[in-house]
Amino acid sequence: MKRTRKPGISRRSTLALMGTGAVTFAAPWVARAQAKTIKIGMPTILSGRVAQLGTSSRNAVMLEVEKVNAAGGLAGRQIEMVIRDSKGQPQEAARIARELVNTDGCEMLLDGEASSGSFAVHEVARDLGVLCIHTCSEASSLTADPKQHIPNAFRCVRQGIHDSIVGAGYAAGIAKAKGLKKWATCSPDYAYGRDTTGEFVLYLKKFAPDVEIISESWPKLFQPDYTEVVTKILQAKPQALYSCLWGGDLTSYIDQANIYAMFTQMEVFAVNMADYTALTVVKNLPKGIHSGDRYIKTFPPTPENAAWGDAYKAKYNEYPTNWSWQNATAVMFLNEAVKKAGSTDGKKVAEVLTGLTIKCPFGADGTVTMRADDHTLVGYAIGWGTTIPQEPYVPDVKAGDWKAIFELEAEWKKSKGYT
Amino acid sequence: MILVDLDALASCLASPSCLVTQTTSGLIIGMLLFLVAVGLTLIFGVLKVVNFSHGAFYMFGAYFAMTAYQLTGSFALAILSGAAGTAILGLIFERVFMSRVYGRDVLMQLLVCYAFVLIFDDVVRMIWGPEFKSMGMPAAFQVPPLFIAGGVVPPYYLLLIGVALAAAAILGLGLARSRIGKVIRAAAQNPGMVSALGTNTGLIYGGVFALGGMLAGLAGALAAPVRSLTPGMGFSVLIESFIVTVIGGMGSILGALIGALLIGLIRSFGSLGFPLFTEGLMYLFMVIVLVSRPTGLFGKEVA
Repeated sequence: MKRTRKPGISRRSTLALMGTGAVTFAAPWVARAQAKTIKIGMPTILSGRVAQLGTSSRNAVMLEVEKVNAAGGLAGRQIEMVIRDSKGQPQEAARIARELVNTDGCEMLLDGEASSGSFAVHEVARDLGVLCIHTCSEASSLTADPKQHIPNAFRCVRQGIHDSIVGAGYAAGIAKAKGLKKWATCSPDYAYGRDTTGEFVLYLKKFAPDVEIISESWPKLFQPDYTEVVTKILQAKPQALYSCLWGGDLTSYIDQANIYAMFTQMEVFAVNMADYTALTVVKNLPKGIHSGDRYIKTFPPTPENAAWGDAYKAKYNEYPTNWSWQNATAVMFLNEAVKKAGSTDGKKVAEVLTGLTIKCPFGADGTVTMRADDHTLVGYAIGWGTTIPQEPYVPDVKAGDWKAIFELEAEWKKSKGYT
Repeated sequence: MILVDLDALASCLASPSCLVTQTTSGLIIGMLLFLVAVGLTLIFGVLKVVNFSHGAFYMFGAYFAMTAYQLTGSFALAILSGAAGTAILGLIFERVFMSRVYGRDVLMQLLVCYAFVLIFDDVVRMIWGPEFKSMGMPAAFQVPPLFIAGGVVPPYYLLLIGVALAAAAILGLGLARSRIGKVIRAAAQNPGMVSALGTNTGLIYGGVFALGGMLAGLAGALAAPVRSLTPGMGFSVLIESFIVTVIGGMGSILGALIGALLIGLIRSFGSLGFPLFTEGLMYLFMVIVLVSRPTGLFGKEVA
């Protein structure tokens, strides 16, 4: 008998095998999609100066994931979080994001990176097509710029432009009522500080045209001493001061400005003051600093929000941060979207997420929405108030008006050439 | 955006109130910097090692002070434990680790120091946590600032400048006049001879390192009520201390004092005249000194 075929593996089956292999390596999450648990990857910052960003994000995610798992998981699959430290380095964040998907088999990503890292993770999501929710980056361009838009990425974070509009509206009201015309600014010298301050001043002048900026200070990020900045501002004798310093820089600044009695000489507007990380750390918090809400359990003033803040504190022995509520909201969105889609398939979930409104303790009206046209979070609680040195720290927060935000945001987008 | 604002600078120089405020502000920045830099320069002068981990002692001083303040409520005890704690730490660090790399390759010394920068930061993170902390101003100093010739001067900063000046005076006189001071200077010149004459040089080295650490710790403790505490807080202070020692001359105590005060004044007046270039001004000054006097203003020529 004549053999027409050599023993062993045929060319056809070799090709088929290679093809399967290539597909498996190129898109391993497809091959592993049948696994019982669903892995969700999360690059975030767990060490270094802003480690609090990562730890409070992770805490909030775990708090919500436990609830979802206890209720049966995502479409019957238990969630397993794979959380890795990027040390705040964008290239490391991108490498980890890729590894989480390709090697660890994560089917979705929560991107807990600060602005610089989030753009890097965004490119990985674009490349791999994996469902990705940004949970910490407030840089407006991440979703406002149409060049960044991809169908599989969403941002579940407050946004710089929203904060500037609400903050400037609030500040303009006080400026008019108290006749504050001479203003000074003092913000950290990097993209966030410059952009946020620029936008705030732009809208402040729009709402209160009399306002004049008579002094600007741009201390370095993480500068230990602000004495020369404090005295410079005192020399300029402004009636009001705006600052978007944050975290340890803000608390240093307050301690140092306090002994110069700065807070009795001018109205101070510090957008990042009303966050527990800063509020609970400053020992001699001056009364009457105007601040935006970052996370505070008394705003929105609902039992749901208070209960969530208390539950977090009970579990982790500290209050949640601004990053905490954003990460918790991202898990809530995923849970609702998977329920609606009836599947954990990234594409189907992304379709449902687009334009989805869910009930949420952090919503201005009890709900938040993932806006369809730019995949970003809207309708969250946003407002300004003044501080007192003990709990509830900001007793009366004046809520921002989302209708006004939408109008001005649309104008802003047009002026930037985004629409 | 205002790049250069010479009008603001000129009008400040013409107004006594602004002069007083900015000068004290420069003195505060300068004196804290001096305490850190003088330890650095002392250790280099005697031990001939560049202690890259020096910033960690500043950090530990601040954390020790905060803890002591929280436990006892006494500000004096807080300052004392900041200084004493870092002195002990410095002694242990020198005897156990640094003494092994004397006379070795500079790269080796640098690697050991850098390793300890990371280790010390992690130790702080483990003990006190990664988030920033604040010690709070003692009640005695929570008073309105003084007005001197119309200039604003917080009382706490007067204390701070006084303590730092006292430390500088004790250190300068002690090294110049006392017997121990003479032995230290001799050990810096010729350790072999000092050892041959029956003096325990190991003890002197350990003592000098402890003293250097203590001064940095004192700076950290004094800064704790006004600066937030984080792991890694020593780093930026270390960079500025290096600038100070480069300007003043490695190994010179007077150089460290003058260098630190110059940096302080450059910062306080520079922020008025060159708001966007204050940092750059500091480096520019350093470059000018390096080009015109490579050994620093008070450094001795190295043979």
